[in-house]
Amino acid sequence: MKRILASRELLLLVAIGLLLGLISLRFPAFIAPSKLVDVFNDTSPLILLAIGQMIVILTKCIDLSVAANLALTGMVVSLINLAAPGLPITVILAVAIGFGALLGMFNGILVWKLAIPPIVVTLGTMTIFRGVIFLLTDGKWVNSHEMSDAFKAVPRTVIAGLPVLSWIAIAAVILFTVVMTRTSLGRAFYAAGGNPHAATYAGINVGRTQFWAFTISGALAGLTGYLWVSRFAVAYVDVAGGFELTVVAACVIGGVSIMGGIGSVPGALLGALFLGIIANALPVVNISPFWQMAISGGAIIIAVVLNAQANRTPGRIILKRAEHAT
Amino acid sequence: MSTASHFVPDRLQTPLERRLKSWESLLMLVAIGIFIANSFASPYFLNAWNLSDATFNFTEKAMIAFAMALLIISGEIDLSVAAIIALASTAMGAAVQVGVGTPGLVLIGLSVGLLCGAFNGILVTGLGLPSIVVTIGTMSLFRGISFIILGDQAYRGYPSDFAFFGQGYVWWVISFEFVLFAIIAAIYAVILHMTNFGRAVYAIGNNATGALFSGIRVARVKFIVFLMTGLMSGVAAVCLTSRLGSTRPSIAFGWELEIVTMVVLGGVSILGGSGSIPGVVIAAFVMGLVTFGLGLLNVPGIVMSIVIGALLISVIALPRLWAMWRPR
Repeated sequence: MKRILASRELLLLVAIGLLLGLISLRFPAFIAPSKLVDVFNDTSPLILLAIGQMIVILTKCIDLSVAANLALTGMVVSLINLAAPGLPITVILAVAIGFGALLGMFNGILVWKLAIPPIVVTLGTMTIFRGVIFLLTDGKWVNSHEMSDAFKAVPRTVIAGLPVLSWIAIAAVILFTVVMTRTSLGRAFYAAGGNPHAATYAGINVGRTQFWAFTISGALAGLTGYLWVSRFAVAYVDVAGGFELTVVAACVIGGVSIMGGIGSVPGALLGALFLGIIANALPVVNISPFWQMAISGGAIIIAVVLNAQANRTPGRIILKRAEHAT
Repeated sequence: MSTASHFVPDRLQTPLERRLKSWESLLMLVAIGIFIANSFASPYFLNAWNLSDATFNFTEKAMIAFAMALLIISGEIDLSVAAIIALASTAMGAAVQVGVGTPGLVLIGLSVGLLCGAFNGILVTGLGLPSIVVTIGTMSLFRGISFIILGDQAYRGYPSDFAFFGQGYVWWVISFEFVLFAIIAAIYAVILHMTNFGRAVYAIGNNATGALFSGIRVARVKFIVFLMTGLMSGVAAVCLTSRLGSTRPSIAFGWELEIVTMVVLGGVSILGGSGSIPGVVIAAFVMGLVTFGLGLLNVPGIVMSIVIGALLISVIALPRLWAMWRPR
């Protein structure tokens, strides 16, 4: 199993290398270090969200409300900034993470305590969160000139050659790699999704583990919400509309199994980078941005097929199914 | 776990008392309640033409919801239905530009729907992939193709007799769409409740392995249900395109959520194995009445979507909360 995972990420790394090589044949400027830094920075929000989504999918759940959570939290911190421009940024950051986590907990509690299927819960909260933004603002935008300079500066400040946005993504990758591989909570996420019955007998509360997965996903979505609105210096109802599908796509491409229990932080990172490179390369190679939706859809399907081939056990699949069904 | 999802569907005739307590009659009460509340809330509600207009809020979605009900009962789901509408509508729009007539347009719309359904069905049943991810993928693939073809443009210029499907009336205030809705509801009720095929759908949803060992061709039944869902999306695409008279790639955006809500509200278990077509019919009326009533009160569309989202969650949550707190 470990070997399959390792080769899976290696495969993706090779694919990304080939992709970059192909683009640089026609447009050598694309792989200049400064351009690559741009691409990474541009992909950072996707990386943050993909890590949270990966943890949720590991536990056999799915979180379709991440983009709506991002938009709602982004709007809430923008409104706070509008009302109290002098508030220090650390408070804003804490509010963003805390509020996002609360929204995630709402999903988590419905899945844990009421055992409602996660797809139903998050389809519902997805529309509710976006609707609440409308109720808060009456559909109005919070524009650049209404945000304080300190509020807008954070993701763009350059430290040691990289913008803060990129550094936050790197920090999240390191933090969650440690959490997933070196803590009992990380192991619980794998166990809860890989084999819920065995996990229960091993003393892991599967529902509570799923609750924490949703909370982490929500907290990361909230953090990304602040970074998103401050980077683009605008907040409105449809911020990041439909982005939840890109996030799921990044995970699936990164080798995260939708059946739970299989996936890794480096995988999610590479999956996000793959999509980020494509999104940034399209305008360079002169393809209309309208192609992006179809390309990520095609990428999801191809990745799912590849995942299924890699994880297929030869022989009596029928009985394997029966095991899952009970 | 609720007992409903494991209920054996082929039970004997239930006594009147139990039938009155069923989900469908509960839903019927809700529908009547909303109807009365609406007629008090707005003086414009009780008007034959207004009520006829209100049916357009749900007829197209309900056509897909019937097929989706079978799909969810069999334990699968299709989130790409709205994207199929977009692709089928785009194909019809492209055909208009080269001068295809109304019969050809209908044929193209239905065939694109069928093909998309077959594509989903092959991926799910042929390759054994989970339908949630597959249809999330095809959802952006199908709508993505529409975006590639149309970009920020729109197709117009549909022939005038094409308008009948979405704008025509059969008799007085009874629209063609409403008649089609009723016929499709009847067909699906017969398929699900009176044929071997319908019984197989329940069996697969309750225990796919058991169904396989009792001689049901699970993969084939599921594939056919995916085909039916695709075909219904094609039918809805014809009606919607005819009603709007134009095609944009964002057509029917977000409908998959409302359709799944309609099915779940109709008492179909999201885990598969139980549900009924009459339930979905009543749920369609409930959602249509709520949207129409809120519309008359000038509530903006996005607020209605909060109501729909909350409805979806509470419909599943309330029975479970009730079961948790009920004194034993």
